[in-house]
Amino acid sequence: MRHIMAKSLAPTDGVRDYLAAQEKKSLLRFLTCGSVDDGKSTLIGRLLSDTKQIFEDQLAALERDSRKHGTTGDDIDFALLVDGLEAEREQGITIDVAYRFFATPKRKFIVADTPGHEQYTRNMATGASTADLAIVLVDARQGVLRQTRRHSIIASLLGIRHIVLAVNKIDLVDFDPAVFERIVEDYRQFSRDLGFHTVAPIPMSARYGDNVSSRSQNTDWYSGPTLIEHLETVSVDETAVELPFRFPVQYVNRPNLDFRGFAGTIASGSVSAGDEVVVAKSGKSSHVKRIVAHGGDLKQAVAGQAITLVLDDEVEVSRGNMLVSPAARPQVADQFAANIVWFDEHALLPGRSYILRTETDQTSATVTDLKYRINVNDFAHEAAKSLEMNEVGICNISTRAPIAFDPFAENRATGAFILIDRISNATVGAGMIVHSLRRAENIHWQSLDVGKRVRADMKNQRPAVFWFTGLSGSGKSTIANLFEKKLFATGRHTYILDGDNVRHGLNRDLGFTDADRVENIRRVAEVAKLMADAGLIVIVSFISPFSAERRMARELMADGEFIEVFVDTPFEECARRDPKGLYARALNGEIKNFTGVDSPYEAPEKPEIHLKTLGRSAEEMVDALEHWLNERDIAEDQYDNGGGI
Amino acid sequence: MISALTHLQRLEAESIHIFREVAAAFTKPVMLYSVGKDSSVLMHLAMKAFYPAKPPFPFLHVDTTWKFREMIAFRDQMAQKLGFDLLVHVNEDGVRDNINPFDHGSNTHTHVMKTVALRQALDKYGFDAAFGGARRDEEKSRAKERIFSFRNAQHVWDPKNQRPEMWRIFNTRIAQGESIRVFPLSNWTELDIWQYILQENIPIVPLYFAKKRPVVERDGMLILKDDDRMKLRPGEVVEDRLVRFRTLGCYPLTGAIESDADTLEAIVGEMLTARTSERQGRLIDRDEAGSMEKKKREGYF
Repeated sequence: MRHIMAKSLAPTDGVRDYLAAQEKKSLLRFLTCGSVDDGKSTLIGRLLSDTKQIFEDQLAALERDSRKHGTTGDDIDFALLVDGLEAEREQGITIDVAYRFFATPKRKFIVADTPGHEQYTRNMATGASTADLAIVLVDARQGVLRQTRRHSIIASLLGIRHIVLAVNKIDLVDFDPAVFERIVEDYRQFSRDLGFHTVAPIPMSARYGDNVSSRSQNTDWYSGPTLIEHLETVSVDETAVELPFRFPVQYVNRPNLDFRGFAGTIASGSVSAGDEVVVAKSGKSSHVKRIVAHGGDLKQAVAGQAITLVLDDEVEVSRGNMLVSPAARPQVADQFAANIVWFDEHALLPGRSYILRTETDQTSATVTDLKYRINVNDFAHEAAKSLEMNEVGICNISTRAPIAFDPFAENRATGAFILIDRISNATVGAGMIVHSLRRAENIHWQSLDVGKRVRADMKNQRPAVFWFTGLSGSGKSTIANLFEKKLFATGRHTYILDGDNVRHGLNRDLGFTDADRVENIRRVAEVAKLMADAGLIVIVSFISPFSAERRMARELMADGEFIEVFVDTPFEECARRDPKGLYARALNGEIKNFTGVDSPYEAPEKPEIHLKTLGRSAEEMVDALEHWLNERDIAEDQYDNGGGI
Repeated sequence: MISALTHLQRLEAESIHIFREVAAAFTKPVMLYSVGKDSSVLMHLAMKAFYPAKPPFPFLHVDTTWKFREMIAFRDQMAQKLGFDLLVHVNEDGVRDNINPFDHGSNTHTHVMKTVALRQALDKYGFDAAFGGARRDEEKSRAKERIFSFRNAQHVWDPKNQRPEMWRIFNTRIAQGESIRVFPLSNWTELDIWQYILQENIPIVPLYFAKKRPVVERDGMLILKDDDRMKLRPGEVVEDRLVRFRTLGCYPLTGAIESDADTLEAIVGEMLTARTSERQGRLIDRDEAGSMEKKKREGYF
């Protein structure tokens, strides 16, 4: 019989007392990290087992699984407790982070078991981002490895200040204190500049339980605490309450005209009814009228609480803004330096536009300057043009709109952001702000009296950017050239930006790597924008192979001003025409990074104008362009009602 | 010095934060309401998150038509009392084919009446985010899941390729047809749930409390004979026993435990000395190793 008679041992009062005691326990969130096969999952299994968190049915399942997938002979393979995915059990590795919960009489714990493989570093970072302490495991036979260092650096960047250096599998080196001492010394040397407040080395065997929850007879030379003792007592003070008040507005609660509440979670500090608060981005000040909560208003609320604030007057505040202490305000800037951990298999490219998200704010952002990449082995600062997956670097970032923030070192909640790919929506990177850039504070927009409108009016036209994209040899330049002649003949003021020509001047310093291609397009888009601002009709003739950059260019221009023209000529036809003899050389391997050969071309999905050139003349293409324009009323007086070009 | 938050206060704040994030960032969210204790807590938190307003999304119950009668009564009573917008979806194809746990087994029944039904409902209404009450401590594939868990347009979960989830910054961006499953109770344990129910006095289905009920011993479990659709096998007898449920699902698939715990305190006391996990009473988890992950990949909550 599986259904067992549960015993109601505790009398009612006993339960109440027990629960009251539970409520007073502090919580420690930690992760286990380190290289592959250093025993992370085994250690967590051991912790859960030693703290009696494994139920009978789970133990039975574990025994079944151990026989099927286990790697520990006849013994129970504790790793199978946490490696919950089928692929993980089959391959005997950890792919993604698992969260486990346990408690001792002194503390509650949430532990994140994170993968050791470099390939899954992003999942380690996920587990580390919410942890206060990291157990860095080292296999006593292997010592400090590359992944040990990488994980330690990421833990440090993500703000973890407490480390347990678990020298595991000490049984396999005959409990030799010299091995232990050597690894500890190595690690101390390496981590000297990582800003850790505590590093606690413990010799252990996760598999057999030495120094995990009970002191090992085999390591009489070790006088420190067991792992559990250390985890129960290490002090990771929560300082968020003592920092200045920060309240990122998450949601405006407006059920009716009489109530307008700003809902969010207090990131730091505290707030009381009657306090003065300032809207970070506008600098407008107001007072807290009520702190609304289900079950009655609060007098005061502190960091970590999710509340709703009602202000005294109708100041303008929306999601993404922040209510802050008037005495200590956050920075508001659109340019700042940040540490970036890159997660995506497509490298971070300076100049490419990403979505930047803070806890509640969102804007687009580009990396304007990749200052250096950090070598995880020796901390060397290395020059780099891109950040590959799992690399760490420091970058200057420019956002479209200013955001409110604190340096990450001062405030983990308001100093962090993630980067999201605009097309795939994947989370591609995590950022920690170091400081704002001076120039963001000092360079302001000069407002000019003669505006775009006046300049365009004088030319009797509406500015526009015709963006020709297509493979090399597709006919972009020929069509663009003919098109300009036609426009010119009807009295339009035009300019052609041609890919080859611009590479002779403005972009002569750029090559053909992905990073350089992105920068190439960024510069041309900015020039096209200035020309449109001057009132011109701009024709851009660039291969522009990546949709992300074409989208970035589109977003730079005013609504309706950007016209994407896809010059669609099949690869085989371009290679056959080969006007510059480039395809022959690229197919021969003489030219690297050639679009369509060994560098991708991402065709537009929804171009404004789609020109299929096969079997048609350049004149016919220009006719099609003119037809498109006529349909949208080329007449200059349309500027006023926004009807077209 | 201001006192730090208690454990439950912290969990509550985290859940409320998650609710608000979804309301702010998605156009058509829904809360999956399964009537169990976790759903009761979830509902309570949703009411708190948007107070004084009502939650700005409907509640959806996917009814397999095999739930305990007391669950359905409780559901309708709560909807009326709290005034939330309740949608009930039944897979009519499954009803027409008379899919049931007795003839088709738990696997097929759960797949058709729960997983497929849920996908039907999500497609029908075009929801872009769906709250569920799953907790990471329940089961080991759940321990791996993000709080904001991405689903492609076919509702499929790809556990080997989850989005990183950093700090409290959630990536809420999706393309047309894709959706996010959101789990505000991710970091709660079974004990936290009961403790919170006790502290906040949250109403739960009476089936959680011990009472004499007509049960049948079958396949090592005590099954409540909730209606006449359950036919006795040779040798089986219906007995009135003092039982209660740790977890609630379809009645033919949910085992009762013998217990005299008829108050919340007694339930917690019993839980503290329990030697088996709560999902032990769920037949669907035992079909095969990794069965929860399979169901989840197909779209089960």
